Amino acid sequence: MIEFESVSKTYPGPTAAVSEFSLTVPSHRTVVLVGSSGSGKSTLLRMVNRMVDPTGGRVLIDDEDVRDRDPVALRRSIGYVLQNGGLMPHWTVLDNVATVPVLTGTPKRQARLAAKELLERVGLDPAMGRRYPGQLSGGQQQRVGVARALATDPNILLMDEPFGAVDPIMRRELQEELLRLQTELHKTILFVTHDIDEAFLLGDEVVVLREGGQIAQRGTPAEILAAPADDFVRGFTGVDRAERTLSTMEVDGRTIAVDGTGRPVGVFAP
Amino acid sequence: MSLFLDALSWLGDGANWTGPDGVPTRVLQHLAITAAVVGISAAVALPAGVLIGHSRRGAGVVGALTGAARAIPTLGLLTMLGLALGIGLLAPMLALVVLAIPSVLAGAYAGVQAVDPATTGAAKAIGMSSRQVVFRVELPLASPVIIGGLRAATLQVVATATLAAYTADFGLGRYLFTGLKSREYAEMLAGALLVAVLALLLELALATAQRQAAVRLAAPGRNPSQRTPDTREKEPA
Ligand SMILES: Nc1ncnc2c1ncn2[C@@H]1O[C@H](COP(=O)(O)OP(=O)(O)O)[C@@H](O)[C@H]1O
Ligand SMILES: [Mg+2]
Repeated sequence: MIEFESVSKTYPGPTAAVSEFSLTVPSHRTVVLVGSSGSGKSTLLRMVNRMVDPTGGRVLIDDEDVRDRDPVALRRSIGYVLQNGGLMPHWTVLDNVATVPVLTGTPKRQARLAAKELLERVGLDPAMGRRYPGQLSGGQQQRVGVARALATDPNILLMDEPFGAVDPIMRRELQEELLRLQTELHKTILFVTHDIDEAFLLGDEVVVLREGGQIAQRGTPAEILAAPADDFVRGFTGVDRAERTLSTMEVDGRTIAVDGTGRPVGVFAP
Repeated sequence: MSLFLDALSWLGDGANWTGPDGVPTRVLQHLAITAAVVGISAAVALPAGVLIGHSRRGAGVVGALTGAARAIPTLGLLTMLGLALGIGLLAPMLALVVLAIPSVLAGAYAGVQAVDPATTGAAKAIGMSSRQVVFRVELPLASPVIIGGLRAATLQVVATATLAAYTADFGLGRYLFTGLKSREYAEMLAGALLVAVLALLLELALATAQRQAAVRLAAPGRNPSQRTPDTREKEPA
């Protein structure tokens, strides 16, 4: 469980990056922070592994203030997936995945063996382990990034727009892969994105942020769609967009769903 | 042309290849002072350059220091140091260290600070300590540029180390100074040729080291001569 207790972060400048932000991320759930660029998502995420120390408030992991933890040990205990992979370009894929286990003293051979299994787990050919990150596509690099984050079997995964830089088809595949993994692994995931569709797809709970890390609304995707809190959320989530305003139509005794432009988008199960 | 032939025949004369003033001894002395000077410069400038590049703070200091040091005429400095310290190797070594440090410092700094901050940031975020980020990420990725700095320093030092003979009976510079004094221009030219050959060999060795660092440490995946694992696996058992 991750708890933000009215955390703030101010950088030199007129406005705070985050102010008085509170949130609980329950164990084994996926919570998605969604907001436009500069709304403070990364700042919040990086407070959890002490890449950023809040200027006010505290962050707790399982009731322990992260400030009392050694930052290096804390980071090793948390899986972190970055937008552009953040892989070490001079190491093979296998060594990248094995990074943290090797740092914490696992013998290299053993760590590499485990890394091979992880590659399979994230849908990559284990033979790819001998390549270098530069020889992989963006989507493959992101899978390696996920495998690396899982290498120590951490309880917590932090994901900062991990699929933001890959093409839409690949992104969709990666999202499905993450959903599948999560049904097996039950991690506590804090996921950051600016893509509302991704937030609704992946989040058990979604937190819509506006500037300065202010919570505009939080709830399950269904709750937010059913009752957007205000015009900001309405606009950001696009509940008024044609593809989200569905209605039904009877055709030959079947119920068809049509969107706001009258285009049929699905059929209700009998 | 005949002077050149004279120099070659001086080099061909077996008598010049033996004893305390023989070519092997002088070459070894020359290499020794070059190695010592580059070693001392590296011991001082590598940690400083790496630290400044790692912290990304104090870049101005590097610029000012290397600029100022490069403006110092080595011969003038050596004369001054020689007057202060007297005959011996100390004065030329100090002067040569001052000559070598800017290149080493600039190479170490430039190499480390050119490492993508996204890479070092990721290394830190997944749990590497600062020391691990330096030794496992920044140094390997910067190694070609760092070796480039050492290479530039070595070339400057090996050429300029002839000045050691100014205050000491040491190195290939001896042939230049005695040749000049006794108007033995063949001996002088032979000395100069030996320095040039030495510089060329060192350049060759360090250029190779730099390429190897690039291929093995900094960008192993981009080595075109290295066959990809895929093709290796398709080979019949
Ligand atoms: N190191 C920093 N120094 C100064 N300002 C920063 C720094 N990091 C983030 N900020 C500012 O804080 C705000 C939130 O940034 P960030 O958390 O990266 O937003 P997001 O991830 O939602 O795009 C932005 O206005 C950004 O400019
Ligand atoms: Mg961000």
